[in-house]
Amino acid sequence: MEDNNLNYQVFVVNSARYLTLTTTKYDRRKKYQPTDPKEIRSIIPGSVIEIYVTPGQKLKAGEILLTLDAMKMYTKIEMPFDGVIKSINIQKGDRIPKNTVMITLE
Amino acid sequence: MSFKRNILDLRKRKKEAQQGGGEKAIEKQVAMGKKTARERIKAILDENSFHEYDLFVEHTGRDFDMEKKVLHGDGVIIGTGTMYNQPVAIYAQDFTVAGGSLGLMHARKITKIMDHALKMRVPLIGINDSGGARIQEGVNSLAGYGEIFYRNTIASGVIPQISVILGPCAGGAVYSPALTDFVFVVENISKMFITGPGVIKSVLGEEISMEELGGAMVHSEITGNAHFFAKSEDECFAQIKKLITFIPWNNAQKALKFPIQQPLIKKSIEEIVPVDPHNPYDIRDIIKAVTDGSDFFEIMEYFAKNIVIGFGRIQGNTIGFVANQPMYLAGVLDCDSSDKAARFIRYCNAFNIPIVTLEDMPGYLPGVDQEHAGVIRHGAKLLYAYSEATVPKVTVIIRKAYGGGYIAMNSRHLGADFVFAWPTAEIAVMGPEGAANIVFKKEIEEAENPAEMRKQKIQEYKDKFANPFVAASKGYIDEVIEPSETRARLIHSLEVSGSKVDQRPAKKHGIPPF
Repeated sequence: MEDNNLNYQVFVVNSARYLTLTTTKYDRRKKYQPTDPKEIRSIIPGSVIEIYVTPGQKLKAGEILLTLDAMKMYTKIEMPFDGVIKSINIQKGDRIPKNTVMITLE
Repeated sequence: MSFKRNILDLRKRKKEAQQGGGEKAIEKQVAMGKKTARERIKAILDENSFHEYDLFVEHTGRDFDMEKKVLHGDGVIIGTGTMYNQPVAIYAQDFTVAGGSLGLMHARKITKIMDHALKMRVPLIGINDSGGARIQEGVNSLAGYGEIFYRNTIASGVIPQISVILGPCAGGAVYSPALTDFVFVVENISKMFITGPGVIKSVLGEEISMEELGGAMVHSEITGNAHFFAKSEDECFAQIKKLITFIPWNNAQKALKFPIQQPLIKKSIEEIVPVDPHNPYDIRDIIKAVTDGSDFFEIMEYFAKNIVIGFGRIQGNTIGFVANQPMYLAGVLDCDSSDKAARFIRYCNAFNIPIVTLEDMPGYLPGVDQEHAGVIRHGAKLLYAYSEATVPKVTVIIRKAYGGGYIAMNSRHLGADFVFAWPTAEIAVMGPEGAANIVFKKEIEEAENPAEMRKQKIQEYKDKFANPFVAASKGYIDEVIEPSETRARLIHSLEVSGSKVDQRPAKKHGIPPF
């Protein structure tokens, strides 16, 4: 039962190198990226009901940016800190998946 | 003849051993913002109640010059004491002695006190502050960990086991806390991970700080490994002392009964919930409106916030609350919230704590990430835990109870003893919008004005099914109640369930989906 076509890869565990196969899930893993607080991302899929702000607008922490209709619930998305709207990447009525960058701040 | 010489000698020996790693090491510990192991034990137990054992135990390392080193108590303090005059067993790793590293005798001390705790059926509190395995002792330190994990598992569900992470807890060491019931962490002090930032960087090129990788908030918010987060050790000790008031000392007892208090909440209960089911509110306000003194002790406050779990009292008796939280992710069920609630339900069941479920839940969270993360098997944990539980189980449906989530949230079908619904409850296979699109597909497509027809059909479906009366007509709901009657119904149903007997077929154990 030898198969010379197997795609063995180098794997380092506890400072030792091993030749091994990898799993589909392992191959698909994403490298860790620290979250950027200047990106307002959707944490749940939904539709954009209303956007209350425009690019360039100066806002204080806690002010409402937009309302999402997600899982039969209106969720208000707040400004996380004092700042300025850099860009808005969504439109009223859009259906957006989870983790969409909706608004960027500066 | 006099004992005086012997007594003086004993005192001297004790004093020396109690110094742990000595002044310099203690200074270092304090500089890190940490208390010493002895101070921690004192802070948790009743005053002057601690009795220490194995103070004179010495390590057995004979390699790498270890035989020349004196490690007082081998880096761990064990003993018994009381909390609220009830006996408990406790151990605390002493970071000032060889970094609290775990060698054979260190582990032997821990397993000794664990064996006592289990035999005497008293809670076990473990304070972790250790650099990890004592490398010089080789496989003996691994053996030590294994013997601890084994005892954690055997004692699980028999005595309460509490882990307090007050320093590093890395590598294999993390698995003892992971096997215990409740894990307490403190900001900037607790660090838990299997492999540290250095190794991760060298192997995968991922850069991350220790706090971001395995700090207190990460384990409270992201991994779900920790149950209680505190800003300081003192706050952490206060949390432990509060938790212990809610739980029984072992699985053959019930939690202590407290004097009955009325809820303190001023608003009427129906004012808390918005009439429009699209609008959120804080479900914890409903819990506080029904618990004695409006006291609710939340567990895992930061993890999977879309479900709320914790303890409160009704008529002086401890109750475990499980409640969907419309304020976060619309209160959906997902992998994390199912996992969080399922484990808590099993805790309550093991320790004879009745479960009250408050339901306002639109369904399972859709998404590729959820499906691929295994929402099927994680969601199944919730069904399993509720079905398996034989403690009294009462459900109150407040607003939404849709689809599979309706079944999962302690429905009649999974063995709920009592199911109540507010008149605002919507119990159906799916929400009106989705259902209308399927049921009336043809009518909508063929209508002159499909949008108008769709609206009309949604309303039709809403009127017919988005209420509690269809379910009540089948007996799936025992009673549709006015919101203001909620506490009274809970009191009565829990009273009626006081001597509940629910026999299950004999088995070694089930095969829950974990």
